[in-house]
Parts: sequence; C-alpha cells; structure tokens
Amino acid sequence: MKDFRYLEDVATLVLDEEKCIGCGLCTEVCPHAVFEMNQNRAKIVDFNACMECGACVSNCPADAISVSPGVG
Amino acid sequence: MEMKQTRGKQENPNRSGVSTANVQIMPAMDMSGSAYGTEENRPLAAYEKPGYELCGYVDRFLETEAGPVPSVRRVLDKADRLSTIAVRCGIRRHNYLVSPGLYGIGKPDTGSEVLVTANYKLTFDHLRSALGNVSAWILVLDTRGVNVWCAAGKKTFSTRELVNRIRAVSLETVVTHRRVIVPQLGATGVSARQVREQSGFRVVYGPVRACDIPAFLNNGRKADKQMRQVTFPLFDRFVLTPVEIHSALKPMGITVLVLLILSGIGPSFFSFQEAWDRGGTALLALAAGFLSGAVLTPVLLPFLPSRKFAFKGVVTGSLCAAALLPVLVPAVGSFTGAAALYIFSVMVSSHLAMNFTGATPFTSPSGVEKEMKQYIPLQMAGVLVSAGLWIYSAF
Repeated sequence: MKDFRYLEDVATLVLDEEKCIGCGLCTEVCPHAVFEMNQNRAKIVDFNACMECGACVSNCPADAISVSPGVG
Repeated sequence: MEMKQTRGKQENPNRSGVSTANVQIMPAMDMSGSAYGTEENRPLAAYEKPGYELCGYVDRFLETEAGPVPSVRRVLDKADRLSTIAVRCGIRRHNYLVSPGLYGIGKPDTGSEVLVTANYKLTFDHLRSALGNVSAWILVLDTRGVNVWCAAGKKTFSTRELVNRIRAVSLETVVTHRRVIVPQLGATGVSARQVREQSGFRVVYGPVRACDIPAFLNNGRKADKQMRQVTFPLFDRFVLTPVEIHSALKPMGITVLVLLILSGIGPSFFSFQEAWDRGGTALLALAAGFLSGAVLTPVLLPFLPSRKFAFKGVVTGSLCAAALLPVLVPAVGSFTGAAALYIFSVMVSSHLAMNFTGATPFTSPSGVEKEMKQYIPLQMAGVLVSAGLWIYSAF
C-alpha cells in the first residue's frame, strides 16, 4: 500500500533466493506486493511494506521465506 | 427427505372410516386458510426440527448428494443490518456467529465454485451480500466467530480446519471439481500445498475483498494486482472507531475515578467540592484526549505527520488540547494547572492512537514493538509529571 507506510527497517522478513523454486505463490498471497517475480525467482521489491502477516511463509512450498516477529 | 415423509403422514390421519376432514359447521372453521401452517406460508416446514430455529438468512434448502444444504439470501434484512451496527459498536461482538458448514447461494450445481469463509456473522453477511448474481457454495469454517484475517493469524482459519470441514460436509459428493476458493487474507493460516495433500482439493486464492469475487470469477479465477492489495480508505478507518471507543470505555472509567480523587487533594487534605469542580475540568481534558486519540487520529491517519502512531496522537492531542485552552485556563485559574491538563490530554491521545495500530492492516508487530518500547515510558512519565503538576497547582 503506497499511501500507508509504517516504520522502516523493522520487519523480520527473510527470503532465501537460492531455495526459491519460482512458483510465484508469495506474490499472490502477499497483501502489500512485497514480492515480484524476476527471471523465475521471487524477489523482495518493497521490504518496508511487509507487515509480517506470514501468508508467504505458510504457503512457500520450498520453505524459502521466514518471518519471526516477537510478541505482536 | 425423511422428515418430509413423516410430516405427510401426520397430515392425513384419516385414510378410511369416518372422516371429519370436509365437514364445515361454521365458515370460521375453514382451516385451509392462514391460521393453519401450510406449504404456502411455511415453505420450510419440512426442514424444521424440534428445538431448532431456522435462521433468517436461509430462504430454502438445496437437495444434494450430501443431504439438504441451506441456501442463503443475498439481501440483508433489517435484523441483519441492525445487528451489524450493534456489532460495529462493540455490542455482542464476541458472540456473533453462524454455524460452520456448507451453504449455497443462488442455484449452485456440481460445477459451482466453493467459497471458503469464516463463521463471524459480519463476515458471512458481507460475503453473501457482495456476490452479485454469482451462484456458489459457501464453506464456513469454525473460526470461533472471528473474521478471516484475524482468525488466520490465530490459526483457527487453518489448513487443519479447512481439511476437516471439507471432509465433514462431504464436499467431494457435492461438487465434481476439486478446488476451493480461499480468501487471500486467509493465506496466513493456510498452506495450499498441505490442503491439497490432505484433502485432494486445490486451493485457489481469491481476492482480498469479497466485492471483487464476481470479477475474479469472470476473469477465469485470476486476480489482478489491485484485487490482491489491502487498502485502508477513510470509511474503513471511520467504521472502526466505535469499537475503539467501546474497548477504551473500561480503562476510561477507572481514569475518571482516579482523576476525581486526585482533583480533590488540596490544602484541606481532601475536598469533595474541589473533586467535583477541578475534577470536572480534568474530565474535559480527558474527553479531549480520548476523542483525539480514538477517533480523530484514526480518521486523519494519512494526513498526520510521522509514521509512529504514538506521535500522530501527540500531534492531534496537542491541537485538541490547545483548542480547549481558552476554556481550561479560566476554569483552572492557574497556568500550572492548565499545563498539567494539557500534558495529560496529549498523553491520553498518544496512547490511544498507538493502540489503533492493532486495528490497521499495514503495521508490522516488530514495528509496533519498537514504537511501544519508545513511547510507553514517555507516556507514563508524561502522566506522572502531569499528576504532580495538577496536585501542586491545588496549593
């Protein structure tokens, strides 16, 4: 969401591009367009939009993504 | 079906012998009219069960391989709309649910889509009224009356619940295809791959908003970028504020008591008259901070400076309290006292504004934690300073 931004550099999102198998499911489930596909690999294009909801984590078939917020 | 047959038998008790069925002594005894339950005025009579009540949103039953499935109305009636308003105000919000299971809408058949949703009635009503002319099956998961996104976060809208519910309703006998449409925001609690492995059904993630479902289906079950992104427009922010107010009422009540007691402290140790007079003014400052933090900040959210909600609350709180100064200063009679109330009002606003992070669809828990670590000590200090100044100003 471009008109609502929260704090920068706090998200705990990590993408292991090596593990990515290019299914593109993360680009589908992310509600803030954090990912884009680039040459059959997922890429983080808007890190600071991540709200750590974990939709990408639970749907990545290759376990290539992690999010670990504290208490929440 | 079984019940229908039973009922038929009861209605024709006189098969042979003497019958009173057609005897009319007086015209008023004509029982075929409205006083008697007939198929005409009680079309769902066949589905009644002792001890159960038919839900107002069910208009008929669809016979399927898995048994009768309730078909729901697309239009919300007056009762639905009234309870929507009540729930939006925080009334009965934690006990507002529909029974989990399979429903239909329109004229669904074995090829129709299956839309998965939560059993919060606000969610269910929103879905059934947003579908336009779509005929579909609606699979309601047991999320303990919580909306899809929050339930997914708490893992009640989950892979396990979806798989179990698919089995429980024998979905494979109702539809011939093998796919379910799960709202995108449910993805937090669902693993598409595991659902397929465990149930044989493929998960297709639908759009974020229910109103996009007809377009999504027309588009060959493809969502464009806009359908995939969460927004937070003015109306959405505004409609959340009554619940913010409702949930702040209890701490506010305690604050009112504390304020009255603090306001009574003075040269004569404690004065009820002062508690009432000075306390009244202090309550005005509390009300300003309350409205500023719980209503004004959410509504004006994108127009306020800083990304930190606590700071946004400081801004709105300062403005509101400043607007109140012409009333506060003469009422209190001292600048120290007015300053105390000003600081207090701003701190209340800041705290409630920070609280609103939990209601927005874009704040990360890590960010909220960072903000709280910074601002809670500040808010506590502010309140203590203000309390000190307030008591001091009474002497």
